[in-house]
Amino acid sequence: MTAKTSTRSRDVLGTSALRPDGVAKVTGEFSFSSDMRAENMLWGATLRSPHPYARITSIDTTKALLIAGVHAIITAEDVPGKLTYGLISSDQPVFAKDVVRYMGEPIAAVAADHPETCRRALAAIVVEYEVMTPLVDAELAILPTTPPIHPDGNLIRHQRIIHGDSNATAEIIVEGNYTIGMQDQAFLGLEAAMAFPDPGAQGVELHIATQWLHEDRGQIAACLNLPENNVRLVLGGVGGAFGAREDISLQVHCCLLALRTGRPIKMQYSREESFFGHVHRHPATVWMRHHANRSGKIVKIEARMVFDGGAYTSTSPAVLINGITHTQGPYQCDNAVVDGYAVRTNNPPCGAMRGFGVVQACFAHEGQMDKIAEACGISPVEVRLVNAMHTGDKIITGQTMESVAPVERCIRETDAIPLPPPMPDLVDALELPGGSGLTAERKNIVRGIGWGVSMKNLMYSEGFDDYATARCTLSNGVASLKFATSEVGQGFVTLAPQIARSVLGVDQVVQEVSDTQIGSAGSTSASRQTWMSGGAVDGACRLVRERMFEHVGKLHNIDPIRLLIDGTDVVDSIGDFRISVVDATEGVTFSETFEHHHRKTEDLDENGQGNCHVAFAFVAHRAVVDVDCDLGLVKVVQIATAQDVGKVLNPLSALGQLEGGIAQGLGLAVMEEIVLENGKVRNPSFTDYLLPTALDAPTVVAVMIEEPEPQAPLGAKGIGEPPCISVTPAIVAAIRAATGKALLRVPVRPQDICL
Amino acid sequence: MTTDHQMYTLNINGAERPVKDSWIGESLLYVLRERLDLPGSKGACEQGECGSCTVLLDGDAVCSCLVMAATAVDSTITTVEGLLADTVIGDTARVISDVQAAFVTEGAVQCGFCTPGLIVAVHHLLEHNPSPSDIEVKEAISGNICRCTGYGRIFAAVNAVIETRKKSK
Repeated sequence: MTAKTSTRSRDVLGTSALRPDGVAKVTGEFSFSSDMRAENMLWGATLRSPHPYARITSIDTTKALLIAGVHAIITAEDVPGKLTYGLISSDQPVFAKDVVRYMGEPIAAVAADHPETCRRALAAIVVEYEVMTPLVDAELAILPTTPPIHPDGNLIRHQRIIHGDSNATAEIIVEGNYTIGMQDQAFLGLEAAMAFPDPGAQGVELHIATQWLHEDRGQIAACLNLPENNVRLVLGGVGGAFGAREDISLQVHCCLLALRTGRPIKMQYSREESFFGHVHRHPATVWMRHHANRSGKIVKIEARMVFDGGAYTSTSPAVLINGITHTQGPYQCDNAVVDGYAVRTNNPPCGAMRGFGVVQACFAHEGQMDKIAEACGISPVEVRLVNAMHTGDKIITGQTMESVAPVERCIRETDAIPLPPPMPDLVDALELPGGSGLTAERKNIVRGIGWGVSMKNLMYSEGFDDYATARCTLSNGVASLKFATSEVGQGFVTLAPQIARSVLGVDQVVQEVSDTQIGSAGSTSASRQTWMSGGAVDGACRLVRERMFEHVGKLHNIDPIRLLIDGTDVVDSIGDFRISVVDATEGVTFSETFEHHHRKTEDLDENGQGNCHVAFAFVAHRAVVDVDCDLGLVKVVQIATAQDVGKVLNPLSALGQLEGGIAQGLGLAVMEEIVLENGKVRNPSFTDYLLPTALDAPTVVAVMIEEPEPQAPLGAKGIGEPPCISVTPAIVAAIRAATGKALLRVPVRPQDICL
Repeated sequence: MTTDHQMYTLNINGAERPVKDSWIGESLLYVLRERLDLPGSKGACEQGECGSCTVLLDGDAVCSCLVMAATAVDSTITTVEGLLADTVIGDTARVISDVQAAFVTEGAVQCGFCTPGLIVAVHHLLEHNPSPSDIEVKEAISGNICRCTGYGRIFAAVNAVIETRKKSK
C-alpha cells in the first residue's frame, strides 16, 4: 500500500488529501477541550468512592465549604431533574446517593478557583460508608439466587441463538474456554469540558469532547430538568475516543456546577480519574465447541458467552448481541446453539470499545479454527478457506449476508504477503522481546506465525435508526458544510470536503462548527461515520448540485439533466457548453439539508433470529512473533493484513486506521489489562497500564481490497474497527505456535508462557 | 495561602516570561498552559509516561509535567510553539518546522494530542543524531505514546525529514 500525498492535484475522493486541522495540531494551536479557558472561570472536580460496594451513611461537606476559594459543592440532593442517565437503560446515578456500586463512582462535585483548591476541598468532604462485599464474579451474577446489587437486578440481558439443527454433529469436535481481560481505550486527550451558564440559569452551553453530541444533550437536559433547546452542545477538540466517550462522564456535573455558580466551569480528568470516569471493554468468558467434518468444514457451533458489564448498563445489551451474533466469525455455519449473558457486577462499568463485543467472540472462534485445523491435519490457512463465508450465505441469525464478502480474497492476499526475513544472528538488543529491558538472549528466541480472520457489523443494530444529518450551502464557488459529526481523530474533517469537491466541483470548502444547531449525526462509533455522515454530506451536496444545474440550465436554456460536473466546471454532456462552478454560482446561494438513513433492521426473536445488522466488513491478519520462551517475553515482528474496505476514499487516512487498530489489538494480545482485585482497580495509571510504544510497533504490510459495497453511499465500508479485532487472535496463535502453550486468555502475560 | 505565592521569571522560546501568583508546587506544564497561554504542550498522564508534555529544557527533552516550574528559572525552555519555522506546508503560505510539515504530509497526525510532544522529541533526536537508524528512531520516541496511529506514519514522517535534511546539505 502506498499512500503518497504528492501526486494529487485536487483533494477529491480517492486522493490522500491532508487533514485540514493538521497544521494546527502540529503547532499546538489546535484547541482540545482541555485547552479551553474563559474569563471568570472556576475549576470543577469530582469526589469518587474508594469502595466497589458500600452504603453511604452520611456526607458532610461543611468543612470543605469553608475552604477559601471553594464556590460550590453539589451532591445527589442538587440534581434538579432525572437522577440517573444511561445510553440504553437510565440506571446510572448522576451522583451516588445511598449506595456506591463501583470503585470510582461519583458522589459529589466541587467548584473552586484552582485545581489544587478543588483537591483540598474533595479531601475535606467527609463520607461515611458501610462497606459491603462486592459481587465481582460474573457467573455468580447470573444466578437468580444471588442478591441484586441494583433495583434492576443483576442480569442485564440474556439472549440465545438457535439456528438449524441443534442435534447436528460431526467427526471432529473441538472445544475451549477463552477469557478476555478488561481493556481500556486509553485515548490520550483526557475527558475535559467547559460549561457556560446562561443568565438566570435557564440554559447552558457545554463545549465537550464527545462521540455523540445529540445523545449527550438528551441525557444532560433530562438530568438538568431543562428543555433540550436550552442545552446547547459544541464539540470541543477531541483527543481520541475509541468508544470511551459514548457514555456520559463529566457532562452533567460540569453543567450543574456552572448553573449553580453562574460562572464558566472547566473540568478535566487526570489519567487516574479517567480510568474510573469512562467505561471499558467488557471482560468476558467464552466457551465454544465446534463440530466439523474431516475436511475441516464446520457443521455446528455451540457457544456460551458471559460479558461482565460492571455496575451499570451502558451499552452492554448491544455488546452482548454483537458478541453472540458473531460467534461463527467470517465462516459458513448452518447449525448453531449459542447462549449469551451480560451481567451486572461491582466491577467498573463496561461499554463501547473499538470492536464492540466482536473482539471477544473473535478471540474464541479463531482459537477454535486452529484447533479444527490441527485435528484435521490441515493448515490454518486451509481451514479458513474451506469455511470462508460468501455473499448470499445465511448467517446464524437467519440473516442473509448481503454485504460484499471477500473473505477468501482477504485470506489469500494476506497469505501472499512475504514473510519477514528470519532474525539475524547478530541483532540489536532493542529488537529482542523485552526490548530495553535487555533481558532476552538471541539464542533463546523462537519465531511463530499465527492467523486471525474476522467479520464485523457496521452501524447500529436491532432496529435502531442511527441516521446522520448534513447541510451543504454553495455560494460563489465556496461550499460550506454543517454537521454534528464528532471528529475524534479518525479524519471525517478530511473526508467531508473531499466529498464536496467531488460532487460539486468546488475547491474551497468551509466546515462549520460541529454542534447541536443541526440534526443528529449519530455517534462516531460502530465504524459508521464514513458511511452515515459521509452519506449525509454526499446527499446534501447532490441536492445542491441539482439546484445549481437547474439554475444553470434555466440561464443557458439547457435541460438540467444534460449537465455534469467535470473537474471544477459544469458541462453539457452532449454539447460544448462549459462554465466554471465559481461563475455558475456567482451571486446565488443554494442550501440543502439531507438525512442519511441506513436500511431498517429488526430485533432478534427469542431464538436469536432476525435481520438485526445493517452490513458487515471482513479482514485477515497474519502475525509473526519472536518469543523468549524462558522469560515469557514477546515481540510482534510483522502483521500482514488484507482488509475488505469497499472503496478507498483517502489512502493515507485508511492506512492510518489499519495501523492504529492493529496497535490496539496488539495491546490486548500481550500487554493491556485493567487489573482488578475484588472490584478494585490496581493499575489506574500509564505506569502500570501498559500501552504499545514505538518499540512495540510491528512492521505492518497492508493490502486494501476494493470491492465497492452497493449499499454504501460512497461504496466504502467502515474501516475503523476491523483492524483491531482479528489481529489479537493472530498474535496469540503465533505465540502458541512458538511455545506450544494453550494460551486461552488475553492479554498473554509472561507467566502464561514461561510457567 | 499568601506565603507560597511567588513571582519568578522563565526563559521560554527566547523571551523572558514573568510568572505571577503561582503556587510554588505548580508544574512547568501547568504554568505553560494555564499561566503563560502556551497550551501546545499537553498533559495526558501527569507522571512522565506518555511524553505529550515534552519540552526542551537547556536542550534536553524532558516531560514538563515532572519539572517544578520554579526550578526552571535558570534554564532555557523551548516548547512546540518555539520551534524554528523554515518550511512552507503544501500550497499554503504557512511556514512551520520541517518536522511539523512532515507530520502533516505523511499522515502522522490523527487526534493530534500526542503530536506536539512527539514533534519536540523528534526535533531533539535529529538535532543530536541527524541520521538515526530505524531502531534509534523507535527508541528516541518510545517515551511518547500515540494511541491513534500505531506509529507507522510517524516513522514515515521522521524518515521523510531525515531524507530532506540530507538532500538540502
